[in-house]
Parts: sequence; C-alpha cells; structure tokens
Amino acid sequence: MQFRIVKKPEISQKQYIMILLTAIVLALITSGLFILILGLNPFYVYSAMIKGAFGSTYRLEQTVVKAIPLIIVSLGIAIAFKMKFWNIGAEGQIVVGALFASYIALNYGEAPRALLLVAMLGAGFLGGSLWGLIPAFFKARWGTNEVIVTLMMNYIALKWVTYLQYGPWKDSASMGFPKIANFTQNAILPKLLGVHIGWVIALILTAFVFIFMNYSKKGFEIAVLGESSNTARYAGINISRTILFSMLLSGGIAGLAGMIQASAVSNTLSVEISGGVGYTAIITAWLAALKPPWIIVVSVLFAAMVQGSSFVQTAFGISAASALVIQALILFFVLGSDFFTKYKIAFSSELLAHGKETKK
Amino acid sequence: MTNGSAYVSMKDITKIFGTVTANDRMSLDVLNGEIHALLGENGAGKGTLMNMLSGIYIPDSGHIFIDGKEVQLSSPREAINAGVGMIHQHFKLVDVLTALENILLGYKTGILLRKREREAEIRKIMDRFQLDVDLNKYVYDMSVGEKQTLEILKTLYRGAKVLILDEPTAVLTPQETVRLFKIMRRMKEQDCAVIFISHKMNEVMEIADRVTVLRKGRTIDTLNKQETDPQELTELMVGRPVDLSINRTARVFDNKVLFVKGLRALNEEGVEVLKGLTFDLGAGEILGVAGIAGSGQKELCEALAGLYRIKEGEITFKGENLVGKNPQEFINRKISMSFIPEDRLGMGLVASMDMVDNILLKQYHYSQGLFVKRKPAASKAKEIIKKLDVQTPGVNHPIKNLSGGNIQKVLLGRELDSHPELLITAYPVRGLDINTCHKIYDILNEEKQKGVAILYIAEDLDSLIGLCDRIMVISNGEITGIVDARLAEKKQLGAMMLGKKEEEYAV
Repeated sequence: MQFRIVKKPEISQKQYIMILLTAIVLALITSGLFILILGLNPFYVYSAMIKGAFGSTYRLEQTVVKAIPLIIVSLGIAIAFKMKFWNIGAEGQIVVGALFASYIALNYGEAPRALLLVAMLGAGFLGGSLWGLIPAFFKARWGTNEVIVTLMMNYIALKWVTYLQYGPWKDSASMGFPKIANFTQNAILPKLLGVHIGWVIALILTAFVFIFMNYSKKGFEIAVLGESSNTARYAGINISRTILFSMLLSGGIAGLAGMIQASAVSNTLSVEISGGVGYTAIITAWLAALKPPWIIVVSVLFAAMVQGSSFVQTAFGISAASALVIQALILFFVLGSDFFTKYKIAFSSELLAHGKETKK
Repeated sequence: MTNGSAYVSMKDITKIFGTVTANDRMSLDVLNGEIHALLGENGAGKGTLMNMLSGIYIPDSGHIFIDGKEVQLSSPREAINAGVGMIHQHFKLVDVLTALENILLGYKTGILLRKREREAEIRKIMDRFQLDVDLNKYVYDMSVGEKQTLEILKTLYRGAKVLILDEPTAVLTPQETVRLFKIMRRMKEQDCAVIFISHKMNEVMEIADRVTVLRKGRTIDTLNKQETDPQELTELMVGRPVDLSINRTARVFDNKVLFVKGLRALNEEGVEVLKGLTFDLGAGEILGVAGIAGSGQKELCEALAGLYRIKEGEITFKGENLVGKNPQEFINRKISMSFIPEDRLGMGLVASMDMVDNILLKQYHYSQGLFVKRKPAASKAKEIIKKLDVQTPGVNHPIKNLSGGNIQKVLLGRELDSHPELLITAYPVRGLDINTCHKIYDILNEEKQKGVAILYIAEDLDSLIGLCDRIMVISNGEITGIVDARLAEKKQLGAMMLGKKEEEYAV
C-alpha cells in the first residue's frame, strides 16, 4: 500500500485540542509500557502522580510554587520568540535578576518591608533586562546570532554567582561553608492563601503580557518584525529599537522570576536558583503557542508533572532517571503531535475513494 | 501536427489541496511534434496539472498515459524516465558550476563522470536541437536566456521527449523570446512535444499548434490555433466577453514633482546596481519602467521609498530632499508616498496576519496613545473588499491563505487608500488575471486623473505601451532611454532593454 503526506487545511481549535489529547493518551500508554517493564502497575503510578501533584493542600501548594517561575519566564520568552529572537538566555536573565535583587536584600535588609520588596523587584527586573539587552544590542548593531550569545551569557551569569558565593558575598557566619547569607525576614515575599504572592505577580504579568502583545503598538511592531524584517522596515518600524525594547521586557520579566525565587523560595542567592527553569520555559512557551492564557495552563501541567514524578520517585522507589523518561515521553508525543496539526497521512486506496467522492 | 498520435494523455485528473479543488477531472492530450499551449488565468490549474505530469504532485485520482502505457509518476526522476521534463520559472541550476557540470549533476551512471564522453553526447543533442550553449561557462556569468537554454539542454539530455515550459517568456526580452521560439520549433521538427504554459495571448497565437483552455480547475476546450482567435480564447479563458484594450487617459497636470539626479547605489557585495539615474516625474503622469528582470528596478523603487542605501545623487520630491531618510522619517514628515513592492508577502504585507492587521500596519503610526485601534482598520478592510472585489472568507482570515491576486488587491487597496501624491508600483499586475489587470489599470488611470505621480514598473511591454505616458528603459542599472509611450515600438524597447542606447537605436 502506498501512503504519502498531505497538507491539511487550517484546523479548528477543537480539532487541535483533540490531537493534543490523543498525543497525551498515546504518551501515557507508551510510558505505561515503560513502567510495566520496571515491574510496576502503570495505573497505580499514574494515580500516584496525580495525587502527588494535587492530592493534598501541601502538594497543591508545591505544584503552584513550581508553576510560578515557569509561567513568568515563559511569558518573558514568549515576547522575544514572537519577534523570532531566540532568547535561550532566560536562565542567565533569571540569575542576574536574582543577583541584583539579592544585592538590595543583603545590603538594605532592615529597610521597611514594602519598600524593600518593591526595590528588590525593581532590581530584579533591571538585572534581567540588562542581561537581555546585551545580546539584543549585539544583534541590532552587528547582526550577531542571538542563540549563541544568549546561551553563552547563561554561563557568565552562573559563574558570577559562583564567584560571589565563594568570594566576596560568602556568609562569614556559615563557618567556611560557601554560602551566601540568608535574607532578612523583610526581604521575603509574604504568603497569600498558603503560597507566596509570586502567584499574584504571575497572574498580573500574564494579563499584562496578553494586553501588551495583542493591543499595544509596541506588541504589534514586535509581531510584524517577527514575521518579516523587510515588512517592518517598509512600515517604518525602527528595527533596532524594537529589538532592544522587546529584549528589555523579555529579560526583565525573567529577572522578576529570579527575584521571586531568591526571595520566596530559597531566601538567598545560590547557583541553583534558576534550576533549569529558563530552558523548560522555552518548551512551555512554545507548547502554549506563545499565548499568555495557555502559558498558565501548560506551565501548571508541567509543574504538576515534575511534582507528581518526584512524589512517585519516593513512593515507588523508582529512580529519578525513570521519572525523567516518563516526562520526556510525554513531551516527545506532544511535540510530535504538532506535525499532525499541519499534515495528515493519506493511503492510496483512501485517495482513490476520495477522488470518486468528488466526482458526484 | 503531422504525425498525430497522442503521446501524452491525461484523463480525469483530480487534485485537491485542503478545501480547494485545483484540478477537477481535467483531461489533456498532447501529440508528438506539436506545440501545445495551456492557456488559463491564475488559479485555473495549469501549474498543478503540469506538476502532476512532471511528477512533483501525485493526482488524487485519474490516469496518465505516456506513449499508450499508463504510468504512475511519483517523482521528477520517474517523470524524466518516462520522457517528461519540466522547465520551471525559477531555474534549478547551481551558480558556481559550469554548464557542463550542471548537466551532469545528479545524473548517476557509475562512479566515474567520464566528462569527455558525456560532453560528446551533449554536443550531439546540441546539434540536433540547434541549442547554443557554452558548456564551460559558469552559470553566474549567464544571462537569463542562456540559463533557460541550458535548462532545456539539461532536460533533453536526460531523455525528455515531452518538454513543459512554465511561462518561459516572463523573464525574457523580446529578442530572447524570438530565440526561444526558434528552439521550440526545432523541437517540434524533431518530433518532441512541447507544452507551453502562458497567459500571453499574442505568444500563444504565434507559436502554438493547439491550445487547451483551462478555467477554474476544469478543461474548457482544446482548439486548433488556425480555427480560433484571441477574442474567442480570452472569452473561453475568462468565461465571458471582455474588452482587451487598455486606455490611456489624457494628462491634466503638467508640473513636475519628483526629480532624481545622478542616483547611485551599491548592493551588499559592493557592486554598483544603480549607475547614475537621472529622470523626473510629473503630477498626473504615469512613467513606465521597462527592463529585464534584475536591471535595477527593485533597487530604484526601494531607494525612492527610503529602503535602500544611496551612495550618491539627489532625490527631490516637491522640494524636499529624500536621500538619507527612512520610511519612519517619511511618515513623520508627512511625505505622501505609497510603495507597492515586488515581493508582496516579503515586504508589503505580513503573511500570517489578517487583513485588519495588515491595514493597521499603515495606520497605527497616526493614532494617539500606546494602543492600536483595530476598529477603523476593520471598516477600511471591508471597504477594500467591496471596492476591489477581494475574495476572502472574512477580514480576520490570514492573508497567506488568499490567492496571489487577492493578496495583491489587499496591498493595492491599502496603499491607494492613503491617497498618496507619489505612487511607486512594482509589477502591480504580475500574477493577476485579465479582469483584475484591467481593473488595476483603471484604478491607476483614476489616480492619474487626481494628479498622482505614478512610477509603474512592469515586464509586459503591451501594458507599458498602452498605459504609460512615457517609458523609461533601464538596463544593467543604467537608463538607456526615456521614450514617449505613444511613439514607442516593442522592438526598440527590447533593444534598449538589452543595453542599446536610444540614440544608437535611432541611428
């Protein structure tokens, strides 16, 4: 039998969701086989995963805590990606944002709480945007490849924190252990409904980015530039300025996530602050088709998967690597399903039947 | 037509793309030793049908017979093995290789190339078909005409007995067209079949033996050329009677608004692409620009629109110097200019956005505040749809899904809507069907009556002569002459396009 790949017409939202759901089901079946090979019952493991992510107030809170940085960083990345500026440097932008915020927290720890936190947020944004502006400037000025520059700058940012951690910022009270001092109570974000108020910030940012991308002039210019720089020039858009502005925003938002993680989650600055969120957020932003409301949905699902599989790890004693395999399988299927939103596979017998149909 | 057995026969071919039926039970018979023209408007299905014959697309249903045997052509290689070769509009040649290397490229026979033997075989074919190709010349040194001849030679060498030419004359000068027709006639004498895709009526009448007219995905009729005339063919093609004449309205203004003096520009490689152009343009005048593709038309347009870096020279529009300014500054200074670029989706429009956002592109600069206002753009979109009869499911449909003609209408509608005083149009009717072409000529004439200065770049000499007031011919970045369109002759324009100065021709 002959088969070939045929382009599909535009599909509806409903069809899109159906394809996505099919992909997830297939992923679950495949990783179920994998779990069977490990000698466990996949249904138990899956239900444990769900329980692990949403089963109790504490677990739910943990899932939300994991989702917060993912949402915020995905939003930042979405702005850059909309312009087809491949910002792989969110990781570094998070770290520098955290670093700037920590500087304020460590030096002005006794300042009034509200003032201190606002200053830290401002510093976080500033740090992230600075780290985003450098590759943007290189790109706007000399046309450098942003993938390489943003990626490399991640390492620079991390090495800076390592240096500070082992050097000038080492806590003298930690008895030689290379660690930066914990923040004062004033420098820690308060909680609301059991979770630090980073979730409120995430929701506000989602609304902001949604409005910015869809209704603002700058957002419109970013979208046009992403489609074609020639059209942007033709329409009188200042390309350099648009690149700089969008990366200022993209990096700044990632920097805010850095501040939130440092303040609310680790209460200090360390090299583990970003924990790969900058890379995971690329996937979540992309899966959400760069649309802010979907970023929330996808990020929460991702966080649940991480939270659930870490629970499964302890509950069933499977290794961390196995949990990663399950995650990777789901990702593989979901990303692969993208193909089926654009194409279908047609078999020759079906083709002829189709041809006859049109003859009527 | 002498030895008439149907060599290629396509029967009941259907091809569907998504929701569009490109070919609906089409049939075509091509005989040995004939030149068979496929005539149809854009979207009639000419290209799709030929792509199936050359193995690029696979029909959804239907049968293809070659030399009496049914064949399944699922790749261009299978097609060429069956004796069918297609010459596309965009040549598939490697620039940095010689003609000979291009012919041998991808032609697998053993490990060794054995260039010398191959060369002898190629020369035999060149003799047989009287093709004139310098086998050792590099492709980047070749003119468009030479490249086309090389493509034909390559296809014949690979064993094509049926040659499909997809609008081969679109990129040629009149002189090169004459040469191509000679080659086509020779092929016919050698018992090959030539399928000639075109929508230029005069060429079809000159060269074809039989003509198959297609319309909206269906085969309308196959006629002997001797028994038909352009009027009948056009009516079959369009589906109703049409008036083929182009009007030239009288000029009502006589003041000059645009002066260009000694305009020079370099491309990215530092090669001079505009070599000191000097001309002027009056209000309510259509100045045509004729030239072989790539003679500097694109650079000239972009230089005027502030999109190309100018090395030297002056551009003055209504007393204001335009050199060194970009579109943003044009907008700020309220310089009233519209530019319809050659590459619509690459420059003028955003393919993935809908009509509203594409119209917004021209408007949003003028609105107050930080936010865009889509309402006025949406009503403007509806106006354009009505005025220019744009075929679209709605104003929120991504324009990349529209047909080329409709995309062009969106761009034209948007640009004319800003009521420019200077209108630069690069190939505004390229890819449009006859009806729409005439509609656009009418619109240009209307604008002319309003006093708009129009620079009209085109490749079709008939429309240039019919529509313009003056025609400026450029060749290789230089102006070879500016002639009064009412007195212009095609032959003269053709010679000037090849670089002969106006005075030289007169002598």
